[in-house]
Amino acid sequence: MSLDLATTRRIAKLARIGLEDAELETVRQKLDGILGWVDQLSEVDVEGVPPMVGTETEALRQRDDVVTDGNCRDAILSCAPEKSGPFYTVPKVVE
Amino acid sequence: MLTGLTLTEARAGLEARKFSARELAQAHLDAIGRLNKQLNAYITVLPEQDVLAAADAADARYTKGEARLMDGLPVGVKDLFCTKGVKTTAASKMLANFVPPYESSVTARLLDAGSVFLGKTNLDEFAMGSANITSAFGSVLNPWKRQGDDAALVPGGSSGGSAAAVAAGLALAATGTDTGGSIRQPAAFCGIVGLKPTYGRCSRWGTIAFASSLDQAGPMTRSVADAGLMLEAMAGFDEKDSTSSNRPVPEFSKAVGKSVKGLRVGIPAEYRAPGMPEEIAKMWEQGIAWLREAGCEVVDVSLPHTKYGLATYYIIAPAECSSNLARYDGIRFGERKDAASLDGIYERTRAEGFGPEVRNRILMGTYVLSAGYYDAYYLKAQKVRTLIKRDFVQAFEQVDVLLTPTAPSAAFAHGENMDDPVQMYLNDIFTVPASMAGVPALSVPVGLDSKGLPLGLQIIGRHFDEETVLSVGGALEAAAGFAHKPTLHAEAGV
Repeated sequence: MSLDLATTRRIAKLARIGLEDAELETVRQKLDGILGWVDQLSEVDVEGVPPMVGTETEALRQRDDVVTDGNCRDAILSCAPEKSGPFYTVPKVVE
Repeated sequence: MLTGLTLTEARAGLEARKFSARELAQAHLDAIGRLNKQLNAYITVLPEQDVLAAADAADARYTKGEARLMDGLPVGVKDLFCTKGVKTTAASKMLANFVPPYESSVTARLLDAGSVFLGKTNLDEFAMGSANITSAFGSVLNPWKRQGDDAALVPGGSSGGSAAAVAAGLALAATGTDTGGSIRQPAAFCGIVGLKPTYGRCSRWGTIAFASSLDQAGPMTRSVADAGLMLEAMAGFDEKDSTSSNRPVPEFSKAVGKSVKGLRVGIPAEYRAPGMPEEIAKMWEQGIAWLREAGCEVVDVSLPHTKYGLATYYIIAPAECSSNLARYDGIRFGERKDAASLDGIYERTRAEGFGPEVRNRILMGTYVLSAGYYDAYYLKAQKVRTLIKRDFVQAFEQVDVLLTPTAPSAAFAHGENMDDPVQMYLNDIFTVPASMAGVPALSVPVGLDSKGLPLGLQIIGRHFDEETVLSVGGALEAAAGFAHKPTLHAEAGV
């Protein structure tokens, strides 16, 4: 199946990557080429084959339900591009 | 000269006090000062006083007889590992000014072992690429040149800065990460050794994530024994990574030099790709002959789903990348582009902060995970991945290791293979299957092609059997006796 511009626009929206119309067409062409190439997987018979999740070398384990980290608010906030006191800042989202 | 040593030789020299860790560090800082402008192997070089202070601390431990595994050994760190208080960019504009307040588990282990960090090495943006041309801080130059030709060659990728630094004498060794070949392919292109350990062997905590079910850290070194030594320092259980293995870490460096007599080496028929260059095929035959002479039994095996490895990879890796890179939103860390709305900030930040290859992979991943396409692409790829892994598990019932070429060509020039993404992806055709299966794989430089460029062979082993991989790698290294040096090298013309 070939990828159309409307789907490309929807994908860019889902991924929150703001692309201009001209860029969207370039991206559409690249993705369409890759999708055409990966379509070769349709010839593989996977009837009854379970999906591989991770590399299944280790079982997932549970740890004790205790606090192991914390009290590092300022260190974490030091990475924020914009902040106000002990808060991240964003544009107003509630009218 | 000090910049031409292996880790093992340098460790012995330091132990015998033939030279100090300070002299060793200074020699490397000088080499970086001379060559890094040209090679662009390091994005960040640590301040001289910090490097020398770490070296002095190592010297003090040698004097007291308390030296550790990697004490005083100057290494480069791929700029994908978070280093506390040291800028960590992932070669992206998005993280151009990111200074992590924490240390990755792998680099913390290397520091505990006494390593002296020289700086952060260049890579493809977020480790996505096979030529180190997608870095926001400029491409890395391969220190090797074709004979009689000054064309700039790529070092491979994504760990291209690490490979170039080790090859050119700007570090004794370096860390890399490998998602589909990002340690092994640049190691082959630059004539050094690169080991991708078993998935779970090294903690992923604090390493900037690309594709979490595939990413694995490993050593890039000048000898197979060095790869064992450095892996020993990097590996081990970490409760902060839910996929970290709690199996004991063997003394990997002792695996080299062990007899390989009687080991069964599999030659997978499907790796004889159509159009394989004659020289690669010949080098592979030579490798088979060397291992036979060393007493190995050579066995033909089949990995029937090999040809689907790349296509499976280019669904699964982008899917995981789109999830992992969702965190770069312009709010909590990294760069931010302002806009009137919150969605506007996300969209502008991500459009301007990511380069085209990263954007394309995020979009590809978003597509294959989106409603209506998930089953046809992502779920299908996960099922094919099961078949790829089964191929390896079944092959390892017959043989102890597999021997293949590392890459389908020697290093290529800037500008070649660059228009069609699929053409670029083909670089990883021999490395991706082992990543999909999670098994360990090692690239060893074994010779030069007719243009004087290095070629590597790959040894793939069973899950958690890096020791046998290293033993066979050591045998191959001994037989090949690769001692060539690149054109650009710290010891050339000094």
